[in-house]
Amino acid sequence: MAVTDTQIEYLEDMATHIREDIIIMLEKAGSGHSAGSLGTADIFSTLYFHIMKHDPKNPDWEDRDRFVLSNAHICPVLYATLAEAGYYPKKEITTLRKLGSRLQGHPHKGALPGLEASGGPLAQGLSIAAGMAMAAKMDDKRSKVFCMVGDGEMNEGQIWEALMFIGKNRLHNFTLIVDRNNIQIDGFTEDVMPLEPLKDKLTSFGFHVIEVDGHNIRRLIEAFEETIFEKPKVLLAHTIPGKGVDFMEFKPEWHGKPPNKEEAEKALSELEQLRSLGGKITCEHE
Amino acid sequence: MSNNLNKKFHLAENIFDSPDQVPARNGYGEGVVEAGEADKNVVVLCCDLTESTRNAKFKETFPNRFVEVGIAEQNMAGLAAGMAFSGKIPYMSSYATFNPGRNWDQIRVSICYSMANVKIMGAHAGISVGPDGATHQAMEDIAITRCLPNLTVIVPCDYWETKKAAIAIAGIKSPVYMRFGREKIPVITTDNTPFQIGRADTYREGDDVTVIACGSLVYEALIAAEKLSGDGISVRVINCHTVKPIDEKAIIKAAKETGAIVSAEEHQVHGGLGSAVAEVVAANSPVPMEYVALMDRFGESGEPNELMKKFGLDSKGIIKAVKKVLKRK
Repeated sequence: MAVTDTQIEYLEDMATHIREDIIIMLEKAGSGHSAGSLGTADIFSTLYFHIMKHDPKNPDWEDRDRFVLSNAHICPVLYATLAEAGYYPKKEITTLRKLGSRLQGHPHKGALPGLEASGGPLAQGLSIAAGMAMAAKMDDKRSKVFCMVGDGEMNEGQIWEALMFIGKNRLHNFTLIVDRNNIQIDGFTEDVMPLEPLKDKLTSFGFHVIEVDGHNIRRLIEAFEETIFEKPKVLLAHTIPGKGVDFMEFKPEWHGKPPNKEEAEKALSELEQLRSLGGKITCEHE
Repeated sequence: MSNNLNKKFHLAENIFDSPDQVPARNGYGEGVVEAGEADKNVVVLCCDLTESTRNAKFKETFPNRFVEVGIAEQNMAGLAAGMAFSGKIPYMSSYATFNPGRNWDQIRVSICYSMANVKIMGAHAGISVGPDGATHQAMEDIAITRCLPNLTVIVPCDYWETKKAAIAIAGIKSPVYMRFGREKIPVITTDNTPFQIGRADTYREGDDVTVIACGSLVYEALIAAEKLSGDGISVRVINCHTVKPIDEKAIIKAAKETGAIVSAEEHQVHGGLGSAVAEVVAANSPVPMEYVALMDRFGESGEPNELMKKFGLDSKGIIKAVKKVLKRK
């Protein structure tokens, strides 16, 4: 089904809202991961507001599609998305990382509606998501499972254990999104522990791999909707860490740091401008 | 035949004679099939050890509910958590050295922190795995599971108890770790022996000292108690199959009534049943305690009975500990 320009504009606008929420919550929290959260906002908008079947009023709906964030340190983007979708009151975003908050520094399943798994130690989410896809397959359910991993996260051995399992069982209800932003804490992924040729590796594990610009919502929708019979799918999503906030883009120092008050104001005014331009983010990968 | 055995537990009549010898893992294998018959959500995940972990019968009975994971214990823990979040009751199996040894971080976060309804089955536990040597002798698994919030830890004493526990754990909606050994061990309970998760069972009454044991050491404790009664020492024997949550009431009662305690387990001295008992005793009713356990060293290759003897994990070791603790009383 063709996606209208209005729909795309709505999703782009939603991505900007999500980015604004991220800036607000991280500034208030005083710690947390900015770059990866901002860099994946377009993917989250596309998933939660167009692709996935889910019901914020009934988060435990049995036949829902599920999303597991394996690179769980970028949970501000997930928390912002869940708030925008109506899983919990938006005013709560300012409690991130504070004592008594449902928005734990890393997600705690059961604490907040809409969280499908706890996470933090890398690679665990991929196995959990694979287990959900396996259970759905066993029961002949139509629900789909989506999982995001970071590229640096793919250093973990458990990632490849899980990929082997998904490939072996041909979990066609499974879509993996690799946040390919090329940066991890100690530097560029190809210097720290090279992943390339990543597409070939994933293909050889039995996946249908689609390379996509992680900021082009139209392309993301097409990639998510591409069906390949009896094969799990990977979106190798090229993203820019810090995307949407000029002074954060491609700057490794923003991996694990929040904006201070002044920086947050600057970021929010940039995002505001972006919105008044109709939410258009240029697509470097096109 | 002792008169001091607690009749309500219907223990095997031939305990002190020539008890049947059956591996506890066989009880698991039969129990998990019964659990599977009772609830279609029961599934089994296994890491390339289907036969030795006694999952072959489940696989044969429910081929569509058996998941071969390959040699990947970390992935197995996550898969099990994900399946549990989708309503399954996964039993995930491997050797106790790897599961919960190799996948402890996954058990901590994917399973326990999220209250995933996963049953972690640690097979070939203890030093009695024998010739494979120290690498394969899980002697730390109780310690590393007991410390995890939300996790129940069960160490059944024989074939029947393992079977009953394997069935019972499907009925509690929280994660469970259960460990059992490879070797044939005496069958001391019967089909009629009551079993309840979280309740320590006083198998033998006594007034002078209490031996609190789990797993294969429960039998050794009963043998030790019989021998000591010849010396005029009255020994209470408690089967503390649930190490967590531990039955504090039974332990405090034993401390108050007998005034001395010996713990006995096929596990390291640090962090296991003995430590769990000591925590309760120290906080509530301090009495002298001695520990029968592996004394902070690694095991080695050898025949199971040779190893149990060498490291004092037998009735002789228990008798020695009882005599020592009584001197301190």
